[in-house]
Amino acid sequence: MIEKAKILDKEALNRSLMRIAHEILEKNKGTQNLCLIGIRSRGACLAQRLGALILRIDQVMVPVGILDITLYRDDLTMIGSGPVVHKTEIDFDITGKNVVLIDDVLYTGRTVRAALDALIDFGRPKTIQLAVLIDRGHRELPIRADYVGKNIPTSKNEIVEVRLEETDGIDEVVIVGQDKPG
Amino acid sequence: MAWIRKDLLGLEDLSREEIELILTTAESFKEISTREIKKVPALRGKTVVNLFYEPSTRTRVSFEVAAKRLSADVINIATETSSVRKGETLIDTGKNIQALKADIIVVRHNCSGAATMLARHLDISVVNAGDGWHEHPTQALLDIFTLKEKFGRIAGLKVSIVGDIAHSRVARSNIWGLTKLGAEVTVCAPKMLIPEGIEKMGARVTYDIDEALKEAEAVNVLRMQFERDEKAAFPQQLEYFKQYGITTQRLKKAKKKIIVMHPGPINRGIEISSEIADGENSVILEQVTNGIAVRMGVLFLVAQARDNNGGNHTD
Repeated sequence: MIEKAKILDKEALNRSLMRIAHEILEKNKGTQNLCLIGIRSRGACLAQRLGALILRIDQVMVPVGILDITLYRDDLTMIGSGPVVHKTEIDFDITGKNVVLIDDVLYTGRTVRAALDALIDFGRPKTIQLAVLIDRGHRELPIRADYVGKNIPTSKNEIVEVRLEETDGIDEVVIVGQDKPG
Repeated sequence: MAWIRKDLLGLEDLSREEIELILTTAESFKEISTREIKKVPALRGKTVVNLFYEPSTRTRVSFEVAAKRLSADVINIATETSSVRKGETLIDTGKNIQALKADIIVVRHNCSGAATMLARHLDISVVNAGDGWHEHPTQALLDIFTLKEKFGRIAGLKVSIVGDIAHSRVARSNIWGLTKLGAEVTVCAPKMLIPEGIEKMGARVTYDIDEALKEAEAVNVLRMQFERDEKAAFPQQLEYFKQYGITTQRLKKAKKKIIVMHPGPINRGIEISSEIADGENSVILEQVTNGIAVRMGVLFLVAQARDNNGGNHTD
């Protein structure tokens, strides 16, 4: 595996998040009934950051929750041994809310499908919107994002790695992949 | 670390890391029971069979609730009304359940080692819900889970187990689990109810209840089972309550914040007074709630391991 290209550095990543924060506020006409729910683990970090940015822009603290979708996956038996189940932390009612679901990378759409099932078990939101830092294409389900940090065309044997201060000690997005011989 | 066992037979076989993995998995499952829709699809399409050769309400119901909250289908077999009455052996019953394409058997049996024997003969998962005097791993796990929730740690915790140690699988599983996680375990009972060699499991023995309670941060009170001859039982019960019963009077000499646990069903006025069972030191009902989370965790882990390995059948 070799690192092929840096897609976003710290500054670009933060600018993308700032733009997404503004877009969320624009589309929802402010913070009324708004809440953010991040998918573990990097989506949760991004949700916290977007919450902080929205606080800076509109001086309102919107509720931020964390969703663990392990129990809702349709590929539990395909992802190898021992997926670890973490806690879901949504300590507010999502019924009637505009929920912005947040993840780092949108790829096949299966994670988002699982997250939608999980969210609907918690209540009946007014809307669910999707924000992702990277959209790399190759969807297997009819799912699209409402807010995208950056679209990156990729091949299926590449891996997009989002690295964040909180989980990886650095803010950056890189593509890694096999070096094709010849 | 990853869980690779298709079965949960006892805590003696498990490493500290495996026990900790069950506990953290259970922690994540606890929140599900607080939701409005108390259900996740993790075991959708799986079948769990509760095979109970001994009367049990709370353990069976707890497993049933746990399996249903994971969306599994549950079948209960009470052996009084099954072909076991016609002489079918445990292994034959197990093989028939396997042929029905069930995925997990939860078994309770009065013979020590029954779950282990069943697991050896089957490809599907076996979870021990109590075998003879041997082990009752999920009960000990929920006790340890409750302690961890209350104290934030198990290492160095002083836990006393009081009651019929000799005939208690709950005591055995607790000693294995607690000592592996670094707790200091004391067992206390009249001499005839302490089995020989229990110290080898890592527990300290005392016959003096006040001594057992003096330093303890938690006491796990076991149910006393006296023989059915009521004439003989009654004076024995009174005597036991006087000498070993957990009462307000007795707890005055213990730590103020001592946690009182009991695996249930409780015999009020025999091993514990009503005042203590219902009092502020008691976590008996919290144990019941935690039992669901722990059993959800166990069912999830064994089902996953079997899916990933295709079973680890050794025959």
